[in-house]
Amino acid sequence: MRVFQNASYKFLSMRRPAYFASAAIITIGLLSIIFRGGLRTGVEFTGGVLLEVQFSQTTDVGQIRDALTAGGTTGVQIQQLRTVGAETYDFLLRVPVGEEEDQNAIRDQIRTSLETQYSAASFEIARGDTLSAKVGDEFQRTAVVAVLLSFLLTLIYLAFRFEWRFGVAAVIATVHDMLITFGFISLFDIEINLATVAAILTIIGYSLNDTIVVFDRVRENLRKKRKEAYDATLNRSLNETLPRTVLTSGTTLIALFSLVVIGGAVIRPFASVLIIGVLIGTYSSIFVASPVLLEIHDRARRRSAIAART
Amino acid sequence: MFGSVRWRLVWIAVLVAVCGFALVPETIVDEVTGESERVWPLKLGLDLQGGMHLAVEIYDPENTLSGQDLDDAVERTLTTIRNRIDEFGVREPTIQRSGNRIIIELAGVDDPEQAKRIATETAFMEFKIVTDGQEFMDALERIDRAIVNAVGIENLRVTTLETEPEVDLSDILGGAADSAAAEDEANEEDAVEGEDAAAGDDPAADSVATGEETADAVDEAAARPLSALLGQGRILGEYLVPQEDQPTAAAWLELEGVREALPRGVTLHWGVEQVGAGAGSYVPLYVLEAESLITGDMLQDAGPANRDPTFNQPIVPFETTRRGSRVFERGTARNIGENMAIVLDDRVQSYAVIRSVLSRRAQIELTPGASFQEAQELALVLRAGALPMPIEVVEERNVSASLGEDSIRQGRTAFIIGIIGVIIVMMIYYRAAGILAVGALLTYVIFMLGGLAGLDATLTLPGIAGLILSIGMAVDANVLIFERVREELQAGKTPRTAVDAGFGNALSAIIDANLTTLITGIILFQFGTGAVRGFAVTLCIGILASFFSAIYVTRTLFIMYLNRRGSRESVSI
Repeated sequence: MRVFQNASYKFLSMRRPAYFASAAIITIGLLSIIFRGGLRTGVEFTGGVLLEVQFSQTTDVGQIRDALTAGGTTGVQIQQLRTVGAETYDFLLRVPVGEEEDQNAIRDQIRTSLETQYSAASFEIARGDTLSAKVGDEFQRTAVVAVLLSFLLTLIYLAFRFEWRFGVAAVIATVHDMLITFGFISLFDIEINLATVAAILTIIGYSLNDTIVVFDRVRENLRKKRKEAYDATLNRSLNETLPRTVLTSGTTLIALFSLVVIGGAVIRPFASVLIIGVLIGTYSSIFVASPVLLEIHDRARRRSAIAART
Repeated sequence: MFGSVRWRLVWIAVLVAVCGFALVPETIVDEVTGESERVWPLKLGLDLQGGMHLAVEIYDPENTLSGQDLDDAVERTLTTIRNRIDEFGVREPTIQRSGNRIIIELAGVDDPEQAKRIATETAFMEFKIVTDGQEFMDALERIDRAIVNAVGIENLRVTTLETEPEVDLSDILGGAADSAAAEDEANEEDAVEGEDAAAGDDPAADSVATGEETADAVDEAAARPLSALLGQGRILGEYLVPQEDQPTAAAWLELEGVREALPRGVTLHWGVEQVGAGAGSYVPLYVLEAESLITGDMLQDAGPANRDPTFNQPIVPFETTRRGSRVFERGTARNIGENMAIVLDDRVQSYAVIRSVLSRRAQIELTPGASFQEAQELALVLRAGALPMPIEVVEERNVSASLGEDSIRQGRTAFIIGIIGVIIVMMIYYRAAGILAVGALLTYVIFMLGGLAGLDATLTLPGIAGLILSIGMAVDANVLIFERVREELQAGKTPRTAVDAGFGNALSAIIDANLTTLITGIILFQFGTGAVRGFAVTLCIGILASFFSAIYVTRTLFIMYLNRRGSRESVSI
């Protein structure tokens, strides 16, 4: 079986509409982030309490909220989780804490409030994360450092293996993917926690991987020194790698869909972010990375042409 | 050609064997209950098996500590926490320092609140005089009777009496070495394992045997349950209890009736060290005066350990406060020649003979032959007691075992379905070559899991995600190769040259792609904590495994495939 064999799509001629589309999607995402007042960060970043409570009796978000308010805890986000085929009622309770508040006290307060309302035997705290604001700050800082550092090292590696302009194009494409991913995270109100950070970093890896495969073909075709314009070489490389791009994205998506459907509540946000990342990464290696490479090339050529004239 | 294939297969077989060996389940025998259990060598993270993760820091809101002082305080706190968690009896606790933070990981904790309390309580130290044990010996009969009354004679664990090994006094007095203890532990394990296997064979016979033993016990030793466990110690007031019986004995001593039966003015404390003697390993039990000579708050400082200028043996100096010095002077004057026990959090850490009246400054001389490291450890214990640090929990994560089970099940199912999906796509799309790729992917899974087990890495839920992602990379490498082979075939090359050229052309892309992802993985490992780290580990190992399986294993399978087809001109790809 074959797909897209001997394809000759004019990808590079579509670059202007693609720029427009990318700009539009990024703008929508950024507007959503601004409109919502920033990304929704989990307790890993803000510090706070995250409890997963399993009730063996029927209850709902309203009842739980009443119980907590009666016990003096307000500002709790409550979310019902759906566990497939289980006879329990699972809820996620989140409370962010400020610098001055004691996260441990808040947690004890929640537990006491629940015990007052429900009998102690009718619920179990299946998972409880309690983090101080200080630890949250650290997570945030290390995540940003890790991303920047991975960009830097990638840039150096690609400059060494290819040319500096390939590195720049690849990083621009990756930043593009990250911006869209953040927009998606904001639009769908996904919480930024350790798992989503891991997902974002994986997207960086995946997007680079995809771009590098295309660039590898470009490098090879450029070495053959055919009498062919730069943009034609780029376009040919894109078409030549198209079957691989489609097949790899496809198989990765199959694995990720199985995670989303049956991987459970903890892994689901992680996998959904990855799915978007794979789609965007595939799109960007075709419609962003190579066009940017072409733009850099054209600009350099114009500049050297001007330099030659003077 | 054939020879080279053979060598390739040998290499692959060796690697598969090594990784397979790393994955063979081990049988672990629980020392206390004697139950044996098959353990899969892949360590599961707390998010998968359930447990408690605590990160604690020294509570210091004003930032008064810094540099060396802070470092020292963290070390002391670490000692205190280790000391307590060992007592808590969790299997394989992880207690480690990460910067100025202490990470405690306890798997399978039933009561997280209690575990947290124990780990974070401020350390309490006291010096107490070791009694000659006479009063305790006199009360033993009463204590034994109280135990029998409280527990009931039919519930006493009779086997412990029968297998009670004789304590070889000469061994103990000669200064038992720790290495002997380790050796003995191994022997014990063997013995228990045999017993268990026999029991597993015939449950009916087992219950009959227990009945007989109970009957025996009533005749002989059951009336003296505690006495039967006590062996002569190295000094007066010290008794040695076989390690496997220590939990039972400790539980008996907590009984209310037993506490009432204890003579007034003395308390019992377990020691932290294990003493090896003869055929077993023992935990010392000390009979101490109830009233402490001096408490930790009267100590000003201790250490560092150094050596006696004349005799060159390790010593640990310490200093008391002004108030402490008066109390200490009076106390030591009354007890010259007695043994003084150093008790931290109710456990005897060490003891020493009081040679003279001690006041403001004193030093503990270690027995000749003690290592300098022992002295350093003692100094740390003294400082932990002298300068206890309030502890603040900055991060706490609990996962109940049931939720952990759910996560494992869901993760495993997702993993299997994902792999099956990928296999189906590969077989449909690449036909025979797809089957080769699936074969290579299977070796990849073995390398991957074997690598994880061999490196003692912990598999977390994000780790499973990293695993799935690296499978994607492995598939990608195969796809890259096969697409190149197809191109070469299309260009009119013979199958053999097309395969060679395909592998050659795909190599640069695979190397560059894998290396950049590896860079990301290494950075994640370096900067990430907990869950992210678990993800990074599987990603990095996965990339290495996928690289080898795609480049080497797929190639070998391809060569074999072409050899079998002989002169046939087509290749199914």
